[in-house]
Amino acid sequence: MRIPLSWLREYVDLPATETGRDVQDKLISVGLEVETVEQLGADLKGPLVVGQVLTIEELDGFKKPIRFCTVDVGRANGTGEPQEIVCGARNFEVGDKVVVVLPGAVLPGGFAISARKTYGKVSHGMICSSDELGMGDDGSKGIIVLTPEHEVGTDAIELLQLVDEVLDIAVTPDRGYCLSLRGVARETAIAYGLPLRDPALLDVPGPNAFGYPVQVADPFGCDRFTARTVTGLDPEARSPIWLRRRLQKAGMRPISLAVDITNYVMLELGQPLHAYDRARVQGTIGVRRATAGEKLTTLDGVTRTLDAEDLVITDDRGPIGLAGVMGGATTEIDDTDGTTTEVVVEAAHFDAVSVARTARRHKLSSEASRRFERGVDPRAASAAAQRTVDLLVLLAGGTADAGVTEVIAPSAPRTITLPAAHPDRVAGVDYGRETVVRRLQEIGCDVYGQDELIVTVPSWRSDLTDPNDLAEEVIRLEGYENLPATLPKPPAGLGLTERQRLHRRIGRALAGAGYVEALNYPFIGEQILDQLNLAADDPNRRVVTLVNPLSDEEPALRTTLLPGLLGALRRNDGRGSHDLALFETGLVFHPRAAGSGEAGETPAAAEPTAAVRLPVDRRPTDAEIAALTEALPEQPRHAAVVLAGAREQTGWWGTGRPADWADAVEAARLLARETGTELLVRKGQYGPWHPGRCAELAVVVDGAEQVIGYAGELHPGVLKKLGLPPRTCAMELNLDVLEQAGAGLVTSPRISTFPVATQDVALVVDAGVPSADVEAALREGAGELLESIRLFDVYENAEQLGAGRKSLAYALRFRAADRTLTVDEASAARDAAVNVAGERMGAVLRG
Amino acid sequence: MSAPNKSYDPVEVETLKPEEIERMRDEALAAFAAADSLDALHEAKVAHTGPASPLALANREIGALPPQAKAEAGKRVGQARGAVNKALGGRQGELEAERDARVLVEESVDVTLPYDRVPAGARHPLTTMMERVSDVFVSMGYEIAEGPEAEAEWFNFDALNFTPDHPARQMQDTFFVQGPAGDDAESGVILRTHTSPVQVRALLDRELPVYIVCPGRVYRTDELDATHTPVFHQIELLAVDEGLTMADLKGTLDHMVRSLFGADMKTRLRPNYFPFTEPSAEMDMLCYVCKGESVGNPDRPCRTCSSEGWIELGGCGMVNPRVLTACGVDPEKYSGFAFGFGIERMLMFRHNVEDMRDMVEGDVRFTRPFGMEI
Repeated sequence: MRIPLSWLREYVDLPATETGRDVQDKLISVGLEVETVEQLGADLKGPLVVGQVLTIEELDGFKKPIRFCTVDVGRANGTGEPQEIVCGARNFEVGDKVVVVLPGAVLPGGFAISARKTYGKVSHGMICSSDELGMGDDGSKGIIVLTPEHEVGTDAIELLQLVDEVLDIAVTPDRGYCLSLRGVARETAIAYGLPLRDPALLDVPGPNAFGYPVQVADPFGCDRFTARTVTGLDPEARSPIWLRRRLQKAGMRPISLAVDITNYVMLELGQPLHAYDRARVQGTIGVRRATAGEKLTTLDGVTRTLDAEDLVITDDRGPIGLAGVMGGATTEIDDTDGTTTEVVVEAAHFDAVSVARTARRHKLSSEASRRFERGVDPRAASAAAQRTVDLLVLLAGGTADAGVTEVIAPSAPRTITLPAAHPDRVAGVDYGRETVVRRLQEIGCDVYGQDELIVTVPSWRSDLTDPNDLAEEVIRLEGYENLPATLPKPPAGLGLTERQRLHRRIGRALAGAGYVEALNYPFIGEQILDQLNLAADDPNRRVVTLVNPLSDEEPALRTTLLPGLLGALRRNDGRGSHDLALFETGLVFHPRAAGSGEAGETPAAAEPTAAVRLPVDRRPTDAEIAALTEALPEQPRHAAVVLAGAREQTGWWGTGRPADWADAVEAARLLARETGTELLVRKGQYGPWHPGRCAELAVVVDGAEQVIGYAGELHPGVLKKLGLPPRTCAMELNLDVLEQAGAGLVTSPRISTFPVATQDVALVVDAGVPSADVEAALREGAGELLESIRLFDVYENAEQLGAGRKSLAYALRFRAADRTLTVDEASAARDAAVNVAGERMGAVLRG
Repeated sequence: MSAPNKSYDPVEVETLKPEEIERMRDEALAAFAAADSLDALHEAKVAHTGPASPLALANREIGALPPQAKAEAGKRVGQARGAVNKALGGRQGELEAERDARVLVEESVDVTLPYDRVPAGARHPLTTMMERVSDVFVSMGYEIAEGPEAEAEWFNFDALNFTPDHPARQMQDTFFVQGPAGDDAESGVILRTHTSPVQVRALLDRELPVYIVCPGRVYRTDELDATHTPVFHQIELLAVDEGLTMADLKGTLDHMVRSLFGADMKTRLRPNYFPFTEPSAEMDMLCYVCKGESVGNPDRPCRTCSSEGWIELGGCGMVNPRVLTACGVDPEKYSGFAFGFGIERMLMFRHNVEDMRDMVEGDVRFTRPFGMEI
């Protein structure tokens, strides 16, 4: 809401020295968000005067028509001689009164005026348009042509009220009444402790039977409808400068006198109004819900198909307006031909929810709907109608019809019971009853009672419904800045949960291993799932879709972290960082199948349900909460890494090494270590991964094995499609399940101080045998004496080992808890280990 | 070793004269002193203390002396050999020390060589900022609560006193999740527009009193630009207990900014409107850079607060009793306060981040300098 300071002063006698910034500070302290104070005409300097065009000479031979004029500016130029001015506008004639800026003046934007040669003539100044004077668009598409009564030589800065300050206030949804001068003036008066001249306090004649006929069929949607008629309007009458200027400063464009007046009264009182051309309304004006499918062409020229919930204004032919939102084209005031001489003024009060829904349904937000949605003072309607009638009589030469129509659904003002000490309890401040009562009276409440106050809230404060609303009024007027600071004493907390600790630990561990965290958007499209080689029936193709995505290319929520991470990898690579290790932990989303706890795993499960809307006047039952949760997508937390380029750099210390599949698998092992989970790594094959270099990651939860992810090098085809560096590697796993499989607390090992017995073995197996299986066999065969086992060499040589064979060299460390092992004992354990590997994996001891 | 000389002949024991012994000793000492390396010293050692050295030979001659002369000659030779061995040991020590020092010099390296064998990793500053803020409250006894990002509208709006047609509901540009039946069906599921639904979950799940802090990711339908991102992070605090007041809210906010920005920090409250708090306030913190001294002081402008002296932080207020009712908490008995603010914003003014996109794009050059903690 834009509030010109000069206009505001009409209702509150602010000290003359008070600047816009001073008022801004005061209003902020009582809770109005004054965002800016615009200084209109701050850099403007005269002479800027009224002139009269004496002669016009058309200059030919230029790209556009140019006029050389002489203009009488009186004594403003010091000589009284006609001023010679070159002008490009064409909307004026000899004899017109115009606004002339003379050499030496400065126009808004620091535009200094001097005599200068242009189009072969010397132009001593300029004939001004409203844009050049910083007045905003007036729709004239040319220079300002004043009405004839203004005298030549008059100072136009004052005439056009070019110097002013405008407060721009972001009105919060609860303060609908501040979408008016009246409301802001009231807050200003309170903030300054000054009286308010309420513009709604007008003498209004009571309703009678001769007013324009109105029938309200839906008193809930419209609890008040005032209609007044003005006849004998001068269709030639134009809005006076003061009216146009106030509208412009408040951010509205002057249109025609009748429309300007209704807008002006809306700005002043906050009451949206509508003026119908009486000649174009047929019969009784009605208010009712629309019939589904009814059509209405609104003032903006759009033909709208109405919904049965839309509240409409009708005449005998059907809808002539969307109540509280926008009028219809058929009964529009004619502002082009100027034929309207009689108008019916509507000042009505419509239900906020009804207006909000209609505005939203038709994507049609107007000045009127904005106000009705936020609450309009229902008692201002008759005053607003009266004000409109008065202005039409005054400015358009009309005659007020004696008929006054008022349809009012009876309603009682709202009262709230407020313990007098309640504001004190909310604030933690001892205001006392007297202060509470005084502050509530200042905002317009009637207050009765002692310890228990009965507060009747003013009609313009539909936002005040609860005791806490009243407490806020008291506290804000007493000043939030005066609140003391105390600290509550929470009970001792339990600190971070194990899960929260784990998430932090994982972040640190991955960062410690050289990974940089990226937080990517979760939006994906089907294309990326294709590019990742996901099979047609892959559960990760079942996505949660948004109704209103930012991009139609990416309408769904991620089921895997890879699209985001690979995007970040590509972005970094493109910006010249080629050696990359990135990680992310975050939620992925799977539509939940009804009756199934596991999303994604059962793609063909039963129909999922929509979330129910629960009441808010009580705690929902556990069953209701469960039903709500059941409608939400599954949102497990995943962890993923991607790698490209060098994992270790080449430098003076020697050669580096590229990131490879093993780094990706190691990242999974690192997470498993942090979680305290035994991770099963085996050969796998899935979507985007290289079929020969993909590890499947699994854990055991409650005795059942569960695959939680994959790690390894990505498929070269996928890399090519995604424009990623060759040999890019990745790992992704379900962190929640990994955590579930965790062993919990570490059990301390018993440390033997007896000497270690080391035995090395080299085993030859088929090249396809997984080393993990060989190791498992060795472990099992070695028995309890085995302290540790480590694979220290893998060797393939067709000549020595035979084709398709490989040698695995292990260092076995044996130790007993209670004695020094003999060589024979250690050898026996080693032999037992080799035997099991031999039986199970066909391993042969290398000679 | 030759046999003792039985035939006494004083002329033949010229070598045992005192001046001869002294000469041998002096020659040995001179040779050791002249040795400039351990090898040279070894040669001198062999020459002057070895079995063929003059002193060794002289020693051997002692046996040939008459018994009355033996003692004196023996003493003389013994003293000389003692002095020689001592000098040898001393010189040996000196040369070894020199060698050791030289080896250390030779082994010296260029310690300024760079080492980026495995470049350092880092956590995202948004993550560590959320942890940092959370920890302020965890240390006061609050616990961290979490909730889903795809959330039921009831939790995100209704329970927080956003009525279905309230303008405030339209102001939070919401991503709606498609219902099971496709486009037009209302699923009642959205991407949470703030971390406040976690308040509701906490009040439903936990025993009173409740003191929680909820960091997390939230969504609004803003296009990404220098100051907006559709996916961002908030942290939210909720305290519900008997007798909590707005003064408690103010004190808690002051404590937070002191913990994060220094002991001389404070906050300011300005009236505002949120459906889920009443009274509601906008909270500002004193500019931690200029401490407000740039206000009205054009000579010392402050970029961080645009010379406003205060930095807008977020929203707060007393929990609306209607929210308590919807969560089954008796508003007659309990009251509470809550606040929330954007982590991106705090990161921007705390660490001079100029463009929101830097926090979104995952460029390692942006993230690395923030390290493990913030």
